Amino acid sequence: MGYKVNRPEFTLAENAYFVEMAKGIGVATKHLVENLASRKHTVTREYPEQQPEYAARYRGQHRLMLRDDGRARCVACMLCSTACPAKCITIQAGDYGDDQVEKYPIKFEIDLLVCVYCGMCEEACPCDAIRMDSGVHAAPELHRAASRVGKVDLLRLGELSIAQQGGTFR
Amino acid sequence: MGSTLHLVGFALLKITLILLVFVMGVATVLTWLERKYSAFMQDRIGPNRANIGKLRLGGLLHMIADPIKMIFKEDFTPSEASPWLYRLAPFLAVVPPMVIFAVIPFGPGDAFVISNAGIGMLFILALSSLGVYGAVIGAWASNNKYSLLGGLRTSAQMISYEVTIGLNLVGVFMIYESISLQGIIVEQGDVLFGFLPAWGIVLQPVAFILFLFASVAESKRAPFDAPEGDSEIVAGYHLEYSSMKFALFALGEFIEVVGIACIGACVFLGGWQIPWVQHTGGILLTAAEVGIFIAKVFFLIWLQMAIRWTAPRFRYDQVMRLGWKYMLPISLANILLTGVVLYLVKGA
Repeated sequence: MGYKVNRPEFTLAENAYFVEMAKGIGVATKHLVENLASRKHTVTREYPEQQPEYAARYRGQHRLMLRDDGRARCVACMLCSTACPAKCITIQAGDYGDDQVEKYPIKFEIDLLVCVYCGMCEEACPCDAIRMDSGVHAAPELHRAASRVGKVDLLRLGELSIAQQGGTFR
Repeated sequence: MGSTLHLVGFALLKITLILLVFVMGVATVLTWLERKYSAFMQDRIGPNRANIGKLRLGGLLHMIADPIKMIFKEDFTPSEASPWLYRLAPFLAVVPPMVIFAVIPFGPGDAFVISNAGIGMLFILALSSLGVYGAVIGAWASNNKYSLLGGLRTSAQMISYEVTIGLNLVGVFMIYESISLQGIIVEQGDVLFGFLPAWGIVLQPVAFILFLFASVAESKRAPFDAPEGDSEIVAGYHLEYSSMKFALFALGEFIEVVGIACIGACVFLGGWQIPWVQHTGGILLTAAEVGIFIAKVFFLIWLQMAIRWTAPRFRYDQVMRLGWKYMLPISLANILLTGVVLYLVKGA
């Protein structure tokens, strides 16, 4: 059984068009005046000046965390680059020599154009050395090479953070 | 000889002030104001990025940035286009609406009008029917199917609504017994029943509404922008135009807006008449009268913009039905009613 859809007929005033037109102009003018006075309804974000607020768990650009003595926490175990589905992490391991921390990354490069921002590197890391909570998104660059960020930049993002750094190797 | 030179110089000064300063100035500001206005109406911010150093003026500089951009765009001519007509059309779109201002009185007397012609309104109607040629010739000369469709729609729509415009002005001519704009305005200085200014909008309210809508249709702006119809025929009659040729079409549209506002203010809103103030002359009063005329023009410009940004586009058959089946009979009935009332009031 079908049922009857209630479709209201147009009243004479609505059919006459001009009455509804006048009402519409009224609504439009109300918005105009209110927006002129206080931008009451305006939702536009003026982007470069007004940055968006990211959610607490937003995965932005990667950063490398620091130890208390300022060295990178990364021990160049290659777990992140192995876990990475996009194969965008390049690590070259180096040796500290006679130290409790045996290895460190000589080179730690992430190609941000290749990265899919999945967060697998964070999860794979045994030392909590790489995080994606920098609150910065990857900037557009003119050249591809500029999007391959290296260890120095990633560590600087780590410094900027107000999150708890540190962690000593026992 | 000296007096002839004086007359020529004064006429040139008036032409410069009215056409270059007032009309072009207002039309140029409108290109920015309209976008800003529509933005605030639709809860957006609108253009505000053009800047000189730190100076932005809320986007006002866009009206300078846009022409600069337009001039440096490629001036493209389709290979199959009719070369002369294609180049001629933008000028045909911009010149007739500009010439209308020759008979618009901006103030009392001969000083504020380029030509105080006795046939003022006939001149305006004749020129506004020339306006269709720019769009139609441009559409045909582009040798593009969508342009041609836009041209067809333009010609049908503009010719249909010209009938309504003319018929709505007939009632005004009957009441004020003049077709000179200055004469119509002088007649509107009277006061009815001791308190109502004898403006056209008071005596002919139906004609005012129909005139306004028919004029919006005549200027091919939304809700009557079927000739452009971006979603159906891309951009209609000016689809193939680029660079300053396109800008001329857009400018012609804005000049038409100003022209319609001027005619509406003269015929229906009492022109330079200040309600309840007798025109006695004097510099201060004259200045106030010119000011109030320009204020009325801006009110009508605002009204046209409000209409444009309130209503969505009519379907093409709706445009024709509204024009021929509703507006035309109402205008005819309005003329008949005006005639009967005039006969009863004034006698045979």
